[in-house]
Amino acid sequence: MGLLNFFFKTSPDLLPLPRGSFTVDCDGRVLASTLPHSYPTAFAQDIATEVLAAFRAARDARIPLAELMIRYSSLKLTARELRGGAIIFLTPQTLSSQT
Amino acid sequence: MADRPKILLLDDDQDLLDLYKEILSQLPSRPEIFTSTNGPRALAMMDAEPFTVLVCDLNMPKMDGLQVLSIVRRKLPEMRTVVLTSIIDEQFRSRVYGLGVDLYWQKPGTGEEIKQFLDCIESLLGREAHKGGFRGVQSKSLVDIIQLECLSQNSLVLKIINGPLNGRIWIQNGEVIDASTDELVGEEAFRRILSWRAGNFESLAAEPTRTRTIHNSYQGLLLETAQAADEAHVQKEGTSVGGKKSSSPLATLARYPGVEFILVLKPGADKKFDARGLENPQPVAEWGRHTLEQFRSLGDRLRAGPLHEMDGLGPQRHVSLAPYENRDFCVGWQHSLSGDQIGDAMKKLLTLWAS
Repeated sequence: MGLLNFFFKTSPDLLPLPRGSFTVDCDGRVLASTLPHSYPTAFAQDIATEVLAAFRAARDARIPLAELMIRYSSLKLTARELRGGAIIFLTPQTLSSQT
Repeated sequence: MADRPKILLLDDDQDLLDLYKEILSQLPSRPEIFTSTNGPRALAMMDAEPFTVLVCDLNMPKMDGLQVLSIVRRKLPEMRTVVLTSIIDEQFRSRVYGLGVDLYWQKPGTGEEIKQFLDCIESLLGREAHKGGFRGVQSKSLVDIIQLECLSQNSLVLKIINGPLNGRIWIQNGEVIDASTDELVGEEAFRRILSWRAGNFESLAAEPTRTRTIHNSYQGLLLETAQAADEAHVQKEGTSVGGKKSSSPLATLARYPGVEFILVLKPGADKKFDARGLENPQPVAEWGRHTLEQFRSLGDRLRAGPLHEMDGLGPQRHVSLAPYENRDFCVGWQHSLSGDQIGDAMKKLLTLWAS
């Protein structure tokens, strides 16, 4: 068994994808969040920036949108526009939740 | 010796690499084993020479396994990839499979598990790259299957599933008597089903009471279908911005229920696109291209895997963006459709395009 235990090691942890939601104002500042504390705020900020930019760009292209659903293979991101800001939901996709 | 498969092992623990190397070199196919203790070096090795299989750990400093795998899937899509990890987590398993990895293997804990792991690696080394076709009869096209059934004078119903699309072909005493898809029946449905390039099929019991709608011989049907496919291929290759060919594949997609407009964004610096249903498609094409680019990049930063689809719901119309094969699609939908409906319809639309 000594040899088999050799297969296991401890090393830097991978960051799990977060489950939760957060709201941002029209400048992209995070106002409230249910994301895990361990999840870096910078990532939430990054998501907010892209989402708000996408809403604005859609409006400029004359296809105004009130809701965006972005499906990655491992994460679903749903954003609803909220008076210039947005509420954003993050849902990790597991094998059982994918259709 | 030139035919020996090559395995690249990636783990930050040199002792583990030595152990894997020792074990994997015993495989019946006698693979050449190469090792790397970090992602950047492994990527450089893969750039320098081709490998059959990459066996990769997830937990590594600086560049983790997810980053390495997402780069490998993009640059070397034909390479077989295996994750060997001690992480027991459904989410990581899902993320790894979402990247298109062939196997997610928890580091073996018993002799039996090691044997199973080695069997799987050996199987991957011997497997050829997937080239389409219908699962159930290896290396056979649907035309081959129909010919076989008709020549054998069989009676059965072929149920064919191509992603979200379903079809059935009724064969009675070696004659094709009827066909149906979600929207079509008869010969039109038969031609549509035969245009699908891949899928699964199963044989169901014959239905002798089925009303005959197809009176053409199966040879005639197959010949006409082949001609139609050739014509469609020529049109697909020849369509360009502002093209007026009303029967092009893009025009067919534009007539799909609920579609208001459709744009196919081609790769390349010249930013070409094909469009149907928009008077001024340029701003929408630019928006679609830019938005997909931004969210692909966001997905890479979050390590969320490849972007599958984006759906936007608006007060006037909805819109979907999706990469498919080497193009990006932007589709406008009628406002009356729900978010779930446009998700389903988009999948069907892309499958139709592929056909």
